[in-house]
Amino acid sequence: MDAHVIERHGLKPDEYERIKEFLGREPNLTELGIFSVMWSEHCSYKSSRVHLKTLPTRGPQVLQGPGENAGAVAIGDGLAAVFKIESHNHPSFIEPYQGAATGVGGIIRDIFTMGARPIALLNSLRFGSLDAPGTRRLLEGVVAGIAGYGNSIGIPTVGGEIAFEPSYAGNPLVNVFCLGIARASDIIKGVASGVGNAVYYVGAKTGRDGIHGATMASAEFDEKSAEKRPAVQVGDPFMEKLLLEACLEVMQTDALVGIQDMGAAGLTCSTTEMGSRGGAGVEIDVAHVPQRESGMTPYDIMLSESQERMLLVVKRGRESEVERIFDKWDLHAVHIGEVTDDGMLRVKQKGTVVAEIPNRALTDEAPLYRRPMAEPDYLAEVRALDLDRVIGSQPVDANAALLRLLGSPTIGSKKWVYRQYDHMVRTNTINYPGFGAGVVRIKGTHRALALSVDGNGRYCYLDPHRGAMLAVAEAARNVACAGARPLGATNCLNFGNPERPGIMWQFAKAVEGIGDACRALDVPITGGNVSLYNETDGKAIYPTPVIGVVGLLEHADRVVSRRFQRAGDAIVLLGEGRDELGGSEYLKVVHDLVRGEPPSLDLQAEKGLQDLLVALASDRLMHSAHDCSDGGIAVTLAECCFDTAGMGAEVSILGGSVAAALFGESASRVVVSVAPEDVDEALERASAANVPARVIGKTGGTVLKIAVAGALAIECSIHDAERVWGSAIERYFARRVA
Amino acid sequence: MRFGVVVFPGSNCDEDAYHAAKDVFGQDAEYIWHKDTDLKNADVVILPGGFAHGDYLRTGAMARFSPIMGPVRAFAERGGPVLGICNGFQILLESGLLPGAMLRNRTLKYRCEHVYLRVEQTDTPFTSAATVGRVLRIPIGHGEGNYFAPPDMLERLEANRQVVLRYTDPDGQLAEEWNPNGSVNAIAAICSESRNVVGMMPHPERACESLLGGEDGRMIFESIVSAMAVR
Repeated sequence: MDAHVIERHGLKPDEYERIKEFLGREPNLTELGIFSVMWSEHCSYKSSRVHLKTLPTRGPQVLQGPGENAGAVAIGDGLAAVFKIESHNHPSFIEPYQGAATGVGGIIRDIFTMGARPIALLNSLRFGSLDAPGTRRLLEGVVAGIAGYGNSIGIPTVGGEIAFEPSYAGNPLVNVFCLGIARASDIIKGVASGVGNAVYYVGAKTGRDGIHGATMASAEFDEKSAEKRPAVQVGDPFMEKLLLEACLEVMQTDALVGIQDMGAAGLTCSTTEMGSRGGAGVEIDVAHVPQRESGMTPYDIMLSESQERMLLVVKRGRESEVERIFDKWDLHAVHIGEVTDDGMLRVKQKGTVVAEIPNRALTDEAPLYRRPMAEPDYLAEVRALDLDRVIGSQPVDANAALLRLLGSPTIGSKKWVYRQYDHMVRTNTINYPGFGAGVVRIKGTHRALALSVDGNGRYCYLDPHRGAMLAVAEAARNVACAGARPLGATNCLNFGNPERPGIMWQFAKAVEGIGDACRALDVPITGGNVSLYNETDGKAIYPTPVIGVVGLLEHADRVVSRRFQRAGDAIVLLGEGRDELGGSEYLKVVHDLVRGEPPSLDLQAEKGLQDLLVALASDRLMHSAHDCSDGGIAVTLAECCFDTAGMGAEVSILGGSVAAALFGESASRVVVSVAPEDVDEALERASAANVPARVIGKTGGTVLKIAVAGALAIECSIHDAERVWGSAIERYFARRVA
Repeated sequence: MRFGVVVFPGSNCDEDAYHAAKDVFGQDAEYIWHKDTDLKNADVVILPGGFAHGDYLRTGAMARFSPIMGPVRAFAERGGPVLGICNGFQILLESGLLPGAMLRNRTLKYRCEHVYLRVEQTDTPFTSAATVGRVLRIPIGHGEGNYFAPPDMLERLEANRQVVLRYTDPDGQLAEEWNPNGSVNAIAAICSESRNVVGMMPHPERACESLLGGEDGRMIFESIVSAMAVR
């Protein structure tokens, strides 16, 4: 076969040699296309697999670990929380609305494919600076796409995070998370088994859209990327709503053997993965596949990434039952093939074999690389931080710095974003976006689930191992602040080109960090997604692992939010500051510096803190809880005052350097408010749990006052501060209609 | 009494309305599939929120042709209470059971948040438990809730006291910045001339439990429950 054709399929010469070995002959073009998508980084995890294997994935609560369409943990009452996070970075850069919309559609399919009813969405987004050209268009498009899909299908978006950094200007990140609820005994897997069982195709027709999407997601971008627009698919949330309802109805019948959505690599990936998991083969005839346009070749049909399609294996003799249900929803379930016992993917066209490949060659025996790694050169330089030189001997204007931080888009209110998302549909949302972790009650029980997605690319850029640990700790801490015990995690690993040793080193270190933190905090990883090649014109993004954590609240009505609840409450700081400013928002926003070491993290102390938070919430000993992260304790305290109709606080904290005391981002710290009569009890609990705790002030008034080491450093009206914070994103769109 | 909740393909607040009627207010409730041709002896019919048939055309434009809309119309003409919430309101407009039309929100963006509503009329089956002027805090969630009626129709609506709820500030005062979508005369809900058909953009079913952040939506359900008990 022509070397250019092989290269255009993203296959290396040695990979092509392996293909010939597997087949014992030259592949035809259809087969080459199938290998190219299945062996793409996106589908095969060929660079990441050796590292991912080190992650902790077990625990008594884990019902389903990595390897299926989504992970699952037990949440009591015989129920399971089914969840996963996935990236749609590359498509969203090329076509923000559809890229983001189809990302949402894809992750929802992963959840209901498991037999779970999807009940909540979150997202984690990264863009370039909001004042840079193009960013507003990307932000508007991505948010509208997420909203357009989620709102229509009727699954609430209950939380998320957004950060703006120049490193994402040419490569925004769109990571979407979905949670569903299933009866633990009803979880369904993506397997094909039972020789002679029927293989069904359901959902939208197949078109030429998205051909080679997986291959596109496995390459860097350059100035020609816009030409790849045909590789982005178009979403149809209505079709997916029908599929969702129909599939859940079919799953009630026990006529199904297995089911899988056609996501990346479409029909190819679903047929081979289902066959491989079931130890079986799958034979289909593409002539039966519903097609949107004429003249499609087997190559087009097998590689199309048209959205809203599912592959089902139905028990023999139960076909009509299944067809009837799809018919009710005006969907056509089409019988396109059978399960076989020979372990082959066999594709026919009107009876003639057009591709024949052993499943194992496409899955288990796909290439696996231990890519070379080396600590990147930039690190030694950026880790050095001489604070005396940066801040000097001039007094810090803490009031001005606080307002600048509150008005920066990364810290400021995201209301402009989340009010475009329906965050209340399904009437379960008990902690809204912007109020801490998103919390949804579980109808029919007294329980609720708290969800948080977190990551900090700047920390990971400065120290990928510690940065990744901090991401796990923050996500779990946010969940614990709501009063929920963290149960499990899912990760979305966004990195640059793994063929570069520096990037591969970042990746390996970050995975190590995730593993260390997950083990210490007892939150196993149940699945996730890897997105590599996030580079444009040779410039990689910050290494950005994003962690989604799911936690369980035993009593939904004991949920805690970030807001102060009552004037006169004691404000208690759990944990303590350590004079750390490295990698902080303060250095970035006020001094334009990305430098130093990210905050240190003692995982034992973190675990003690999280356990304490869950106990304080459960015993109703705290009225609010908010973790200290971006912008330090000053920003945290201000945020505790927002959305309270202007309630202030008066606080006195310790500290050597004023800037570090106010704006340092030392980990494992939470600001809680406690009724005066409960303070002694709360402090005793903290002491018993070995968590440093101190009353630092009380709520009330309309002004936030913070003294550092006895000297008043901040005094600002909550009304004014809230206006700055509330318009942080909106003001960039101010010239538009209000 | 029995609530009938119509399910169109693409409805997504059907379970929420059902949950409110059944679990919160302890009433009988039934789903009614859009291809059905009878209302299963429902005493009150709810057209729930969502994106019926995808709403790729004008919102509600396809749903009006669903088979169930014949029985719904006949039920309404007999004086049966019908409540359209959000997409249900849009469907009532498209099918001519209520006058006027919906435009896209003036911001051109979907908006989900709590709003304040002033009760204007209490002689409908869905607001009878309120007093005129009471202010409710209930969420909205829509991209096309900008109610429009031409001047003469609007005049008739006002003269007939068909405006049931208006968007206001927290004190019940009309104010442009508290109108979330640009609706003419700040209209959030209207009723038919016969008063038994009510369409509202806000979602009362999302505000029936304190856990969800507010209970002001209870009034809508309490009204119909007690109205039917009297009958």
